[in-house]
Amino acid sequence: MGLDKIWVFGEANGDAVASITLEMLAGARDLADTVEVFMAGDGDDYAEELGEHGADTVYSTGDLGGALPGVAVASAVAAAIEGGDVDAPDAFLLGTSQDGRDVAGRLAVKLDTPVITNVVALEADGDHLIGSEPVFGGTTDVKTKNTSGKSGIFLVRPKSFEAGGVGGAEADTEDLDVPDSGAAGAARITATHAEESDGPKLDEASIVVSGGRGLGESDAYAMIETLAKSLGGAAGASRAIVDAGWVPYSHQVGQTGKVVKPTVYLACGISGATQHLVGMKGSKNIIAINKDSEAPIFAVADLGIVGDVHKVLPKLIEALANR
Amino acid sequence: MKVVVCVKQIPDPADPGALDPETKTLKRDSKLILDESDSYGVEMALQLVDAAGDGEVHLVSMAPNNEVSGLRTALAMGASSATIVSDDALQGSDALGTAKVLAAAIARQEPDLILAATESSDGYTGTVPEMIAALMDLPSVTFAKSVAIDGGAAKVHRQTEAGYDEVECPLPALVSVTAGVVEPRYPSFKGIMAAKSKPVDELTIADLGIDAGEVGWAGAGQEIVAIEEAPSREAGEIIEDEGDAHERIVAFLDELKVL
Repeated sequence: MGLDKIWVFGEANGDAVASITLEMLAGARDLADTVEVFMAGDGDDYAEELGEHGADTVYSTGDLGGALPGVAVASAVAAAIEGGDVDAPDAFLLGTSQDGRDVAGRLAVKLDTPVITNVVALEADGDHLIGSEPVFGGTTDVKTKNTSGKSGIFLVRPKSFEAGGVGGAEADTEDLDVPDSGAAGAARITATHAEESDGPKLDEASIVVSGGRGLGESDAYAMIETLAKSLGGAAGASRAIVDAGWVPYSHQVGQTGKVVKPTVYLACGISGATQHLVGMKGSKNIIAINKDSEAPIFAVADLGIVGDVHKVLPKLIEALANR
Repeated sequence: MKVVVCVKQIPDPADPGALDPETKTLKRDSKLILDESDSYGVEMALQLVDAAGDGEVHLVSMAPNNEVSGLRTALAMGASSATIVSDDALQGSDALGTAKVLAAAIARQEPDLILAATESSDGYTGTVPEMIAALMDLPSVTFAKSVAIDGGAAKVHRQTEAGYDEVECPLPALVSVTAGVVEPRYPSFKGIMAAKSKPVDELTIADLGIDAGEVGWAGAGQEIVAIEEAPSREAGEIIEDEGDAHERIVAFLDELKVL
């Protein structure tokens, strides 16, 4: 074991710990003797699940009263370390999520230490971590080591590690006091909206059907939804059609959206921009339908169909309905 | 109202990127262009200043050799003026080093609002905006899918995993906007001509009171230890649709036993 202690940023969806957090715990367990979680909210609610996944202690801020976690969590962690209440970990791992990025950015400034981003693999090198990040659409891996002499901060992409319980006992819980950050901490959440969705979640589904610009118009996305439903899968989208307003962001697969690794990924009318490939290249089987035989998506497809989605998809939907 | 927009000038994403094996930085031999991700912030800033009735949009960018070709695009869209920070010492700067430079340049403008993209198209660390806010000790709202200014506060719809949150934030503040938040305008001919004479302030890190040891490779606190070719997926079977491609897909799914 290389490192003494790693801190993992904990996130939750309602009552359950977020999968990105459990994935990072799995990665951290292999790299350090002690793995602890720091999070916004009430750590008691998650201590059992976090302990099961190998966390020894959960440090939490308690209810933030609508404040965004970035400023609150980062200043609480920095204060706890500077005040000598806790020993600084060798490394912080945070998920590449909205809140994970906010906390990482604020923490980097508070501790004056670099953030190594888009990490998909970690290895120990003495008491340092080396993060591996894919660039150029995943064709090249860059390995970066923190040499600052301070705790490294790593932003880890979803699905980089496989989550799994290890039967650990309920984690101990400790409070993180949030200092007053004045104006910098003044942003407040006044309302929360959740988009309704049925069927499996995009990043958990074993089959994902995604549509892109090749669909031609927003109404054609209905074919993607129908096909996904008939396969018991989830419907995804390229950034191009999310930016165009055809589908909500929650469907986006790619660098800025969800990372998916289903058994089957069916890309319909998606050219395969770097931005998209990064989010789906890890799929076990990839089927692509695109009019342009030169589209980059075909370089990663196990089965590539050079053809018009408007012709292929209706027949495919019908064939599946007749089974 | 004064709005500063952070603008990155990047190599054309249509050209295949490459790392210089000696400097371990992205090759930037070709002309730099305005990062499309930043065109949304520029458009949003112009719309907010319009809505406020008066004010101006100032651009801040950091790039080698006082490169301004991307800035001219944003000036042609309607921004009033720009700051470009260039310095040999900045090569190899990481997100934190970049944020230190941008924060110092932005502070000189004393803006009411700072806009940035959530992440650049070439580096995509997605951490620079939050770092700028932290360095300036300002509140921030990241991942905005809509922004309105009302009574000295920004009212933002912030994207979340499940949907969005409504967030209120007093000014001055930093807001990072997602792609697609607004429809960026195309520069008019008049705008392009006017952009040529708009003021661009050229600064070095010495002008900003930043020590060379804090930025570039020297200040990055990290080292690239390896650049390796990633294991690539083997391309599979490619067929032309002759009207029966759906049957091949069904057979493929059958083989995988997912039906």
